[in-house]
Amino acid sequence: MHRTGDLYGHFQTLEQQKETATLGMWIFLVTEVLFFGGLFLTYTINRSAFSTAFGIGSNTLDITLGAGNTVVLIMSSLTMAMAVWSAQVGKKKLVSIFLIATLGLGTVFLGVKAVEYKQKFDHHLIPGHGFDMKYHPAHPMARDDLKELALEKKEVDEAFAVDPDINFHGQLYFSLYFGMTGLHALHMIVGVGLLIWLITGSFAGRFTPQYNTPVEIVGLYWHFVDIVWIYLFPLLYLIDRHR
Amino acid sequence: MSNTPLTPDLELPDEHYLNATYGSGIRSWLLTTDHKRIALLYLASVTVFFFIGGVLATMIRIHLLTPGGALVTPETYNKLFTMHGVAMIFFFLIPSIPAVFGNFLIPLMIGAKDLAFPKINLLSWYIYLIGGGFVLYSFSTGGLDTGWTFYTPLSSVYSNSAVTPAVIGIFINGFSSILTGLNFIVTIHTMRAPGMTWFRLPLFAWAHYATSLVMILGTPVVAITLLLAGLERMFHLGFFNPALGGDPILFQHLFWFYSHPAVYIMILPAMGVVSEIIPTFARKPIFGYSFIAGSSIAIAVIGFLVWAHHMFVTGESTYAALTFSFLSYLVAIPSAVKVFNWTSTLYKGSISWDPPMVYALGFIGLFVIGGLTGLFLACLGLDIHIHDTYFVVAHFHYIMVGGAVMGYVGGLHFWWPKITGRLYPKSLSQFAAIILFVGFNLTFFPQFILGYLGMPRRYHTYPPEFQVLNVLSTAGASILALGYLLPMSYLIWSMRYGKVAGPNPWPATGLEWKTDSPPLTENFHVTPEVTWEPYDFQNRPDLGLAAGARPLAPAHGDD
Amino acid sequence: MQSQLPIYPEQASNFAPQVDALMIFITGVCVFFAAAITIAIVFFFFKYHRKESTAVGIVTHEDSRLEAVWMIVPLILAMAMFGSGAVVYVDYRNTPHDTLDVYVVGKQWMWKAQQPNGLKEINELHVPVGRNIRLILASEDVIHDFFVPAFRVKMDVVPGHYNTMWFRPTKPGRYHFFCSQYCGTNHALMGGWVTVMEPSDYSAWLSGSSGGSTNPAVAGEKLFAEKACITCHVANGTGPSPSLNGVYGAQVLLADGSTVTAEEAYIRESILQPNAKIVAGYPPLMPTFQGQLTEEQIFALTAYIKSLQSQPVPAKGYGIAPPTGKK
Repeated sequence: MHRTGDLYGHFQTLEQQKETATLGMWIFLVTEVLFFGGLFLTYTINRSAFSTAFGIGSNTLDITLGAGNTVVLIMSSLTMAMAVWSAQVGKKKLVSIFLIATLGLGTVFLGVKAVEYKQKFDHHLIPGHGFDMKYHPAHPMARDDLKELALEKKEVDEAFAVDPDINFHGQLYFSLYFGMTGLHALHMIVGVGLLIWLITGSFAGRFTPQYNTPVEIVGLYWHFVDIVWIYLFPLLYLIDRHR
Repeated sequence: MSNTPLTPDLELPDEHYLNATYGSGIRSWLLTTDHKRIALLYLASVTVFFFIGGVLATMIRIHLLTPGGALVTPETYNKLFTMHGVAMIFFFLIPSIPAVFGNFLIPLMIGAKDLAFPKINLLSWYIYLIGGGFVLYSFSTGGLDTGWTFYTPLSSVYSNSAVTPAVIGIFINGFSSILTGLNFIVTIHTMRAPGMTWFRLPLFAWAHYATSLVMILGTPVVAITLLLAGLERMFHLGFFNPALGGDPILFQHLFWFYSHPAVYIMILPAMGVVSEIIPTFARKPIFGYSFIAGSSIAIAVIGFLVWAHHMFVTGESTYAALTFSFLSYLVAIPSAVKVFNWTSTLYKGSISWDPPMVYALGFIGLFVIGGLTGLFLACLGLDIHIHDTYFVVAHFHYIMVGGAVMGYVGGLHFWWPKITGRLYPKSLSQFAAIILFVGFNLTFFPQFILGYLGMPRRYHTYPPEFQVLNVLSTAGASILALGYLLPMSYLIWSMRYGKVAGPNPWPATGLEWKTDSPPLTENFHVTPEVTWEPYDFQNRPDLGLAAGARPLAPAHGDD
Repeated sequence: MQSQLPIYPEQASNFAPQVDALMIFITGVCVFFAAAITIAIVFFFFKYHRKESTAVGIVTHEDSRLEAVWMIVPLILAMAMFGSGAVVYVDYRNTPHDTLDVYVVGKQWMWKAQQPNGLKEINELHVPVGRNIRLILASEDVIHDFFVPAFRVKMDVVPGHYNTMWFRPTKPGRYHFFCSQYCGTNHALMGGWVTVMEPSDYSAWLSGSSGGSTNPAVAGEKLFAEKACITCHVANGTGPSPSLNGVYGAQVLLADGSTVTAEEAYIRESILQPNAKIVAGYPPLMPTFQGQLTEEQIFALTAYIKSLQSQPVPAKGYGIAPPTGKK
């Protein structure tokens, strides 16, 4: 499809082109809501069926890292919104600055997530053959708080007495945890890719008050990914947290 | 204008989308962003899957000639019907009309140069191919024996066949469907030509708008559900496996939340095709335009609220069953409205017996039977008996093959002159339509009786008292096969030898007929402006009909 | 004997005439509409056939009253179908109290049935004519479905759930039953025969062929001891867990203040997931038996608990809700 300046050949006007792109992104986000919706429903039903195992699962997550990441992500939404605003009012330099800030915060989030995943790997909490809820309390690691660990051990033992299948049910929690956060992280990675593309465009000075659709629709996408996390965080980290 | 629509010395336009040269040869097809070329890519690929599904269906019918099973082992039989279902539903029926005719026609019908996102359109075809590749890989390495419904824990734990690649393939293919739906909705919202208001849209576009709603809202749910079932199988997890604490009924809820509305992905576009054909060949405005348009949306919306009628005998709560039965009866009303309006359109029309019309009327006949037998299945007390029997098999084949495929073949005959610029032999195609109608009824009507007699579906062997009806059904299937092979051969023949059709051979009122056949790559020489109401033959002197010279009705047309 | 080409199966249960009546009613309505539309289309097709190649049709205007009529009339008929079908369904889903209970287990690819006296059958089911029969259905692997066309009833057999179905055979004879939910390779072979007998023949058959079979309640009593249930569930209520005397069929008061009727599904759940519903006043001590008991052993334990229904209920140490109906 040939294009003239910023206008692709099958559109009549720039406004039409912008409206089309924006509507397309909104509809895409609607399908995303339903995509995550299936997972949220499965999670909710299993959470109510196996609240003990899921409660213990929640407690093994690191609340500090999770809460910190939530703040990082909300910050990144702010910088993204600022980038969109800067593009609309034509402050070309600010666009680049805010986009880079968003990219930085997104990368921090992913880095923290990687640390959390690594922790679960060390604690034998990756679903599969090596999965064992009892492993970590029995094998303390260098940086563990022993008092916490003793509590955890007691809890797992109590749960095990009433639910010998705790490993199966716990595995269900962790498969949903990895499934949901993994899918979210995948969206973040896509978002990071889009940001890099925007930053290149921004350095080339492409975004003007007349033409800033890419910044705006990537912004929509970025906010959506943030909102998913705003739901994931309480669902996975906060419910039944008692330590 | 006194010339008749069919002048003998018509010639193809010098330049059109088929011979336009951008890039060389095969690359100009594989990298095209022209919605018309993408539609033809889809046409070729869905035909491949239709052929695979058809061969499997033939083997099923031959096998069921004798009570003991004439052809294959039980394992193989189970793979035959599973692969038949997967190939036909996910890779033929769901993409057929939307991805072929929707792609080709929606921009033409609304006066746009292309869909809103041409590159995404091409991407969705590649996604379809990748998904199809995974499924074919599953078919060729061990096959698939779970039933197209993939019920857990059979699919996720007990089956020994190649479930994982099939599930991945269907998961991937889902995104093709989502992107197509997204493209249509945005295109219809933002790309309409000047004067093309919402209520001047062809009903085909309305039907596709409703279909697209189902595609974007339902498909992500089935994608995630099949992904979970696949993960359960690969990593021994327990989302749906009761032995590990999961709930197999949850899978059914999630699966049918998409797969019931998916039926409307198949039938709504076919209804759209018929809503175009009938006014064209009755040469009068369609009766109840706004009711037909509204009923498409109503079907799409209510269709999302009826899924658990597939689960009346799973032990679901009685209250749930009552609710879903009630809502299932509600969704019957908009379908009835469409049928009544189509029939009324014929009243006082000027009806031609051209092949598309024969197909469209055949569609109504079969769809009426398919739709009415839905009322039997929605009836709670009756469903206890006929659920999961051949009654269900007959019912959904009437809807999907009698309805959707008949609409698809009818659409092919209607728009073939626009797509290729050439006409096909008329009497032969009328004959093929009748063969298709008769063969179809002979194949599937006996199955209603079989079902009521209690023959469960998916049986490779059956008690001898069911044999007579099964033999009848197989006999019908051989006629049906002829009904599909005939159009396939003369349509291919016509691509080279058919008579040149001219821009508007029927003639019809839609914008797609106001440009060349085949159209230019940019669709129109100048962006058209719409000044007439849909399906209005009275005030269209450009069509060369009697109305232009001496109006049969007051010239102010419809209000 | 039916003709060579029957169009409906034999009527052999209380539901058969009702379901057939629904069938006739809906068929009547549908044939009427299908015929009306077909006749209209065929008539218009010939009557308004285009005679002149440039002729156009006469515009007929949209009429909201007509549209309303053909929405409301079908809606009324549809509601009549919904209502009449719902009546039969509600009857089917609400089992009467005086049933003869038969346990049925489906597994790939056979059916095992167990009569009240413990007699076991494979791919056969014997029932007396005129009695309300309740089938309690369990699956050991995938989803199956128990379907008797002559009775016009079916019910899915779902692993991890108990489903029940009931019917009253009305005509002695032998009838096919099928598995009607696809369950794998030999799905089509997973069927058998229901034999409906005169009550006297049925009793004779039960006693005649019961040699070697154990009463499930006796087997359950043995299991109750073997699995050490008896150490906590002490009959006189002095143990750490509630006495089970008289619990079957009674309302049980739960820790969260609600009550539940102690029926098969509750007993099954309490064995497999003891913590799902804790009896008020008792600690959650019981381990789960998920994966440690076969469906038949659960049946036996349930039968034993049922046999305790008539035992004296101890004054202290039971979970039965007080008869005042206090929440």
